[in-house]
Amino acid sequence: MVPSISRRAFIKGGLAAAGTVAASGVPARAARLDERRQLATLLDISKCVGCEACVEACREVNEEKKPNPRKPFPAMYPPRVKVEDWSDKKDVSDRLTPYNWLFIQSAAVEIDGKEKTLTLPRRCMHCANPPCVKLCPWGAAQQLENGIARIDADICLGGSKCKAVCPWSIPQRQTGTGLYLDLLPSLAGNGVMYKCDRCYDRVADGELPACIEACPEEVQTIGPRPEIIKKAHQLAKETGGYIYGETENGGTNTIYVSPVPFETLNRQIEKGSGRPHLKSVAATMEQADKLVAAMLIAPFAGAIAAAGKYYKMFKSTKEEGAPNE
Amino acid sequence: MNKDPLNRKTPKKRTFQYGYAALILLLALSGFGQMPIFKRYYIADIPGLGWLAEFYVTHYLHYLGAVLLIGAAAYVLADFLLSRRKTLQLTPTGLLLSALLGGILLTGAFLVLRNLPGFWFPPGVIIVMDLSHLIGVMLFLMATLYGILFKKSWTIAVHNHMERE
Ligand code: SF4
Ligand code: SF4
Ligand code: SF4
Repeated sequence: MVPSISRRAFIKGGLAAAGTVAASGVPARAARLDERRQLATLLDISKCVGCEACVEACREVNEEKKPNPRKPFPAMYPPRVKVEDWSDKKDVSDRLTPYNWLFIQSAAVEIDGKEKTLTLPRRCMHCANPPCVKLCPWGAAQQLENGIARIDADICLGGSKCKAVCPWSIPQRQTGTGLYLDLLPSLAGNGVMYKCDRCYDRVADGELPACIEACPEEVQTIGPRPEIIKKAHQLAKETGGYIYGETENGGTNTIYVSPVPFETLNRQIEKGSGRPHLKSVAATMEQADKLVAAMLIAPFAGAIAAAGKYYKMFKSTKEEGAPNE
Repeated sequence: MNKDPLNRKTPKKRTFQYGYAALILLLALSGFGQMPIFKRYYIADIPGLGWLAEFYVTHYLHYLGAVLLIGAAAYVLADFLLSRRKTLQLTPTGLLLSALLGGILLTGAFLVLRNLPGFWFPPGVIIVMDLSHLIGVMLFLMATLYGILFKKSWTIAVHNHMERE
């Protein structure tokens, strides 16, 4: 029914190419990020049966990336700084935690007059222009050339700014691990932030992200962004479905297609800490970016003002016939 | 009072100096506000300073400050080149401050570019630029403090050179 890139074809073609790009993308050069280089996923919600095979696969494959906090935690100053400790709750799988980067949300809806429970995998949306990355004060949150947003656990200080600026509050903190322990553990930092890294290491090796590979229903398809967007529209048109993620936060690389409107889904899903919403989201970076034009004009405006002043001075000294030069 | 007519504090000059100080304060506060410190250290709890913990607000205000700083820097530079080159000269402090400001503006411009949708730079380059911008600002603020404490101005009248130094 749904025309999708077959797994094999994808691994052979797109992913391998993207992987090579990611692996060889070391040379320091500035690039206008090619839309085609960004990897996006299409999630067909109507296919998901909520078996959680993806959740399991994500946990297994990314096991060694998970935090291993040192206890007792250093005393933190001031006391308002709260410890966030998930190390005794590693098994929690019904929300995002530092140990659980993917979970299944469910929504009771009505389709064609019939009650139905829809399930959908939730994780980082991998925004095309990710505020978690762009606004990270250290560069610990990074975007790879293929669009993957990841947080480098070796550099992250756990200040949680990425979570504060993320429209879905995706990154989750674990106290007692990471670089801050070697700096000023009582005064600055509070652990490391964790979230889905789209299995960037597997992708670099030309493999599929674990959750995509494990899914028995082939809910997810991965490929270059323009192709995925096209497929999403095709699917939505064929099924009378709705799209989420194409324009959210200025565009993400996670495109959901649902048989019911996302307002309905958003109403029905459980939301809150570690359980992201499905509201529409305006582009968060756009407001400030509008000032860039003013930054470009400012030097000319300043120079012209100075020249104007000089011209006036020059004219008045000439009129007075001041014996200047 | 200073007898040198060029270094006399005219009302215009005073306005410019206060404006400059306010601008540096805005940029420093909104800049340091990029780090999650103002909430942790209760500074954002002080009435009127709550905005310091709002990351999108500090981000916007930092950009706004940058627009003004770029405009002011261009004005001062053009003014210097057009009408003051013969009468004024940069002091060593002025030279240091100018160099640091130049570095801050350049690294800042890079970070603005980085923030635009569609622009991609290798993570390592971004880390170096982030740190250079921060270190540049700290050195600039220290040099400014030194200038205030020891009454060093940016420029000196060329003819008074021997007298003042
Ligand atoms: S493995 Fe597939 S079908 Fe099962 S919960 Fe995950 S996305 Fe849904
Ligand atoms: S969804 Fe949140 S964490 Fe993921 S890339 Fe976007 S801003 Fe970053
Ligand atoms: S892409 Fe990888 S890290 Fe992200 S949810 Fe899927 S399995 Fe987990």
